[in-house]
Amino acid sequence: MSIEILMPALSPTMEEGTLAKWHVKAGDTVKAGDVIAEIETDKATMEVEAVDEGVVEALLVDAGTENVKVNAVIARLAGEGASFDTPPAAAAQDDVKKSPVAESKSPRSPEQGASAPVSKDAMPTARADDERVFASPLARRLAQAAGLDLKAIAGSGPHGRVIKADVDAARGKISTSAPAPSSAKATEDKAPRQVQSLEQMGIAPGSYDLIPLDGMRKTIARRMTDSFRDVPHFPLTIDVEIDALLAARVKINAMLEKDGVKVSVNDLVIKAVATALRRVPEANASYTPDGIAMHHHADIAMAVAIDGGLITPIIRAAETKGLARIAVEAKDLADRARNKKLKPEEFQGGTFSISNMGMMGIKSFASIINEPQGCIMSVGAGEQRPVVKDGQLAVATVMTVTLTCDHRVVDGAIGARFLQAFKPLIEDPLTMIV
Amino acid sequence: MHPLSDFDLIVIGSGPGGYVAAIRASQLGLKTAIVERSELGGICLNWGCIPTKALLKSGEIYEQLSHLSDYGLSVKGAGFDFQKIIERSRGVAATMNKGVTFLMKKHRIEVIAGTAKLEKGSPAPKVVVALSAGGSRTVTAKNVIVATGARAREIPTVGLASDGDRVWTYRDAMAPKALPKTLIVIGSGAIGIEFASFYRALGSDVTVIEAVDRILPVEDEEVSKAAKKAFEKRGIAFRVGAKVTKLSKSKTGVTVDLEVSGKAESLQAEVAIVAVGIAANTENLGLEALGVKLDRGHVATDSHCATNVPGLYAIGDVAGAPWLAHKASHEGVHCVEHIAGLKPANLNTPIPGCTYANPQVASIGLTEAAAKAAGHEVRAGRFPFRVNGKAVAAGETDGFVKTVFDGKTGALLGAHMIGHEVTEMIQGFGVAITLEATEEDLMATVFAHPTMSEAMHEAVLDSFGKVLHL
Repeated sequence: MSIEILMPALSPTMEEGTLAKWHVKAGDTVKAGDVIAEIETDKATMEVEAVDEGVVEALLVDAGTENVKVNAVIARLAGEGASFDTPPAAAAQDDVKKSPVAESKSPRSPEQGASAPVSKDAMPTARADDERVFASPLARRLAQAAGLDLKAIAGSGPHGRVIKADVDAARGKISTSAPAPSSAKATEDKAPRQVQSLEQMGIAPGSYDLIPLDGMRKTIARRMTDSFRDVPHFPLTIDVEIDALLAARVKINAMLEKDGVKVSVNDLVIKAVATALRRVPEANASYTPDGIAMHHHADIAMAVAIDGGLITPIIRAAETKGLARIAVEAKDLADRARNKKLKPEEFQGGTFSISNMGMMGIKSFASIINEPQGCIMSVGAGEQRPVVKDGQLAVATVMTVTLTCDHRVVDGAIGARFLQAFKPLIEDPLTMIV
Repeated sequence: MHPLSDFDLIVIGSGPGGYVAAIRASQLGLKTAIVERSELGGICLNWGCIPTKALLKSGEIYEQLSHLSDYGLSVKGAGFDFQKIIERSRGVAATMNKGVTFLMKKHRIEVIAGTAKLEKGSPAPKVVVALSAGGSRTVTAKNVIVATGARAREIPTVGLASDGDRVWTYRDAMAPKALPKTLIVIGSGAIGIEFASFYRALGSDVTVIEAVDRILPVEDEEVSKAAKKAFEKRGIAFRVGAKVTKLSKSKTGVTVDLEVSGKAESLQAEVAIVAVGIAANTENLGLEALGVKLDRGHVATDSHCATNVPGLYAIGDVAGAPWLAHKASHEGVHCVEHIAGLKPANLNTPIPGCTYANPQVASIGLTEAAAKAAGHEVRAGRFPFRVNGKAVAAGETDGFVKTVFDGKTGALLGAHMIGHEVTEMIQGFGVAITLEATEEDLMATVFAHPTMSEAMHEAVLDSFGKVLHL
């Protein structure tokens, strides 16, 4: 019997992804646990393991295909020692169980009739039935001519049929022929506003290399634009002296050396932020049209630069974790972030973000808020700077910290109180224990 | 049902717009009443579309009698009884009228016989009916649809006003006391041409006057030209580009003074039929007091047939062009579905136009000129019936089918036909346009042989240089 391998869901909310790579081809024998493919979403790549044993009959989706819907059939396995007749209904049920990512092994259908094996040539290369798009002949032709994906166009005809008017609307949204950029508010399907082409803006064709947008870049573009446009940002800046912090760090690392744990300045910043949020919980909140969400935990997201972009793994309930634990988690998350091995729940969400550009020598900066968080803290480089103490010039290691706030939920006063709570914790790390 | 209203919907007027709207409303569970001051079925059923087709059929058969020898047949003593022809058409109207009466009963729509007038009300204007049987009755509803239709337009200043004797409008022309020997028809739209065709078939001397430089001005130019030629072959005379300066009457007839390209001319006949357009029935409804907006004489409505007054809608002839029964019915259904909260799908459903003269004319969508003016890269094709097997076999070889495509997208923009029973064929093109079929789909469709409809297929092929039988 044929076992259908379905596109797995990497998270409960995932609807589609890219089938990045196949690790097998038709004719290969797979055992349970063998990696057969890699699935990619905006920010993570995941290996797909075979749950059943058998011979790969056909790969139904090409490597690199984007927008593969969750539960779409991506391959077929000929089950071991069984006939090749599959009751079509069997595959439709147990969708989740059949997903190779599932913990438990899915039961093999008990087909034991003796039949001649179906030749591989007879396997249909057709797409799964649920991929048929209902569109008028004219709409279909116009979409093809415009290079538009019919599946991505909302249909206003009978039973959701895509008709000419829908294709015209989709074309109008991404038209770049208008010399003046007209405003187009993001619609439900988040159509990009009309922009001028590079050429119209004075960049000659051929004078640049065009690198296609990958999932991560598209997501960053979308989220950052939405946030920058929709969230009323304002920055609050303070300088903190970190000599005491640096000295404490040396001592702490000496203590933890035998455990192989190294605490960074950033880990200490995370701890300080988590502690300060306990004291000023109003800064650990999100704006929603239905009310201000006062989060119960400080889920601190740390911005990690990775190849081609950036990602924000989260340390959950940081206020309950000791420094060593924070350090270990942070390192593990950062490593896996760089290898694109984070699980969606590890980088989606968070109540407060920290972005540290100190190691790159940046003095200060104001990050863009990660919706729906109320604040993001931007940490600059610790540098030797002249300071004034008791009317005298002195030298201290100073770090500039900027808190960007969502003014709908974190007003200036709240932001300031938070920084007032944060500053003594950083400048005197011992107080973080209290 | 609204607790304080008598009905969910009141429809004023029971023509093809009103009675269809009422039936649809009933199907959707709305408690509906319909107000009618005259006969159920409105003008279309009683004094328009339907009875004229009965008259035209009589005329057509009689005209065929003079060609019987073409078919190897002969008849002696062929003749007609004019009053019987008229009676038949009245009988047809009565049958249809009974049909609508039955439909109203079947769908439990309350029929209120009387003349309606609207007064301020909420959520929709109140309907005050002066009952035909005497007395008055005020009814309320959540929604009111005005479907009062239209009447013949008259221009009294130049004498174009009916007197029921020498000067007729459509109504008089459908049940006259006697067959006029000579007739002048003013206006060459569908109504004027149909009457011209009917009376010519019975032997009257007919001259048609048209102000524009071609007859049937809304049709494609090629169709206008072919129609004029075909009618002239039957003996109908035309004056195009002619302006009527005065119509004067005497006891025995009319004199129509014209101006044709600067030259004055006078025509005389026993009767003149005035068919110069339509005037919406918006008077005495109380629309002015309610502040209902009008647009060039008809009720202004949005895409759901709503007027500017909450709860008040208008459909059909009273709401503007095209003044066609099927447009009224279509609007009636759409309007009621909108009122009932259904969201009809977004479909481009073009409205066909038909003229039932001999030969018939049928068209839908854009003319070639309009398509070009709209900026389309036009590909037009034609196929004449004279080389269509069925047409030749039946001896009905007049006319052609013309299709107009957008050359870039293959979309069918319009179709224009003249010939025998083309009014029955136009629906094929209507379905194609609604489904947004392309030339590919039409070319791939198999048309039965031998039919006149094959000319539709060949016209499509001709649009792209692939015609087979020419």
